[in-house]
Amino acid sequence: MTLDYAAATQKYEPTLGLEVHVELNTNSKMFCSCATEFGAEPNTQTCPVCLGLPGALPVVNGKAIESTILIGLALNCSIAPYSRFARKNYFYPDMPKNFQTSQYDEPICIDGYLDVEIETDEGPKVFRVEIERVHMEEDTGKSLHVGGSTGRIHGAEYSLLDYNRAGIPLVEIVTRIIPGTGKYAPQVARAYVTQLRDILRSLGVSDVKMEQGSLRCDANVSLAPIGSGLLGTRSETKNVNSLRSVERALTGEIERQANRLEAGERIIQETRHFLEESGLTRPGRSKEQAEDYRYFPEPDLVPVTPDAKWIEELRAKLPENPADRRKRLQKEWNVPDSEMNSLINAELVDVVEETIKLGAEPTRARTWWLGEISRLANEKEVAPTSLITTAFVAEIIALISSGDLTDKLARQVVEGVVNGEGSPKDVIEKRGLKVVSDDSALMVAIEAAISAQPDTAERIRGGNIPAAGALIGAVMKATGGQADAAKVRELLLKHLGQG
Amino acid sequence: MAAISRDDVAHLAKLARIEMTPAELDHMASELDQILGAVKRVQEVATADISPTSHPLSMSNVFRDDVVKPSLSNDEALSGAPAKAEDRFKVPQILGEE
Repeated sequence: MTLDYAAATQKYEPTLGLEVHVELNTNSKMFCSCATEFGAEPNTQTCPVCLGLPGALPVVNGKAIESTILIGLALNCSIAPYSRFARKNYFYPDMPKNFQTSQYDEPICIDGYLDVEIETDEGPKVFRVEIERVHMEEDTGKSLHVGGSTGRIHGAEYSLLDYNRAGIPLVEIVTRIIPGTGKYAPQVARAYVTQLRDILRSLGVSDVKMEQGSLRCDANVSLAPIGSGLLGTRSETKNVNSLRSVERALTGEIERQANRLEAGERIIQETRHFLEESGLTRPGRSKEQAEDYRYFPEPDLVPVTPDAKWIEELRAKLPENPADRRKRLQKEWNVPDSEMNSLINAELVDVVEETIKLGAEPTRARTWWLGEISRLANEKEVAPTSLITTAFVAEIIALISSGDLTDKLARQVVEGVVNGEGSPKDVIEKRGLKVVSDDSALMVAIEAAISAQPDTAERIRGGNIPAAGALIGAVMKATGGQADAAKVRELLLKHLGQG
Repeated sequence: MAAISRDDVAHLAKLARIEMTPAELDHMASELDQILGAVKRVQEVATADISPTSHPLSMSNVFRDDVVKPSLSNDEALSGAPAKAEDRFKVPQILGEE
């Protein structure tokens, strides 16, 4: 009999451990001045240093160190007063030097934590994820396995290497083991990676694009019978390249391990690869034998010894924690969880805040970004923020608030701006989109409507106010939608003795 | 007792992808043992008031500005490659690891 996830977690307690790799968004590589641009032609961003040619000497990118310290501070870490780089020796063609410059026992940041909140059966609950270390290393080259049927290493006839990515600054963030999450382990992992991504984005140190590999997560999990106090053998799942996949991969892996244990088999300590289509993992490299990387201090680089003054300068630069900021904004805007979540999921919190800062009325700022602008963005399959600037949105909203534009006209202005017809002012001018606010012009249209529908006008005079809708509609049509409907209603009723 | 055994040398040779005959292993084990013996003597003078060093210069925080400089061209980068294809370095199939 196989256990499903619910049954598996009733019997076994999962213990998590997460390693996140983040590519920094520096202009140049970690130890040389080659560009780091994504998607360049193969092997056009390399030099003697990142190709590992004899005699080439590395020099540390100061910006990368600064970014790493910022990450450590944002994750409540201590910054080591003395840290060093180390050579991690291995033979694999993704690193042409035959070693990766990394850090071993002297990382830049140690002992931090991140509190993550998830929804449980008993309501929201906070789990503290302890961070063991944040260290610096360099990314590897990209391999292309040729031959065989699956593009995998096994069965490949040869491999092709592109070293553009080799040497891009990479920060590894390692948690301590995370016990006590129970059945919520997959959600805690997802919430942790999500929150980490938000923090990294707010720090501006990385593109944090999981689908492009600038943020990658390796998820370790082991199972032990509940209450046993034991720690089981873990597996490490790689190739998890979306937030959703973090949760799916762990759910699948917990189920797989539980069923192996149920069948009396042992868990093999190994690397597993996540398969996006099925949500399952397949075995990769066995880690049964302890790896021997022969780490030793990198003799070509000098130690990093940040002084207190530098660290405090960087600490002063830290932006507000994204989770705190959201709570504050939600309170300020007085919006329900559902709307706040819509804004967060659509990644619109920043632009809405900016639009409001530029003077837009808060409710309108939210409605326009979540509504019309998101709708247009969906149609074009692009991000809403790529369509229109916050300044233009604020300008349009100001015109609605002042009564110069109706919602309907404003939609046309947005459409014009999005279609590249210029600024809101330009669109209004070119398309002639001003609210007809001149009473005498409106009165002409109102009188025309009354003479076209004398019976309706008579009913209104007799007290049938809802009948006014038909006449207001006629006036709006006659003015091409450029009248303010409320104003038309007011003038009409007054004219018919009901004002 | 020897500081390094013949088995240690065999293990290191495997990690470093160096093929060694049994005679070479014996020879290297005794040579490395002598080198380690010399290092051990240095360790005797390294007292607590001398901190370990990986670098002859007492320098730290040597950084460069984050500025891009021209890279090699694809042709230049691949000029020393034993084999190449599709603008990339071509290497034999990789076995046993993933």
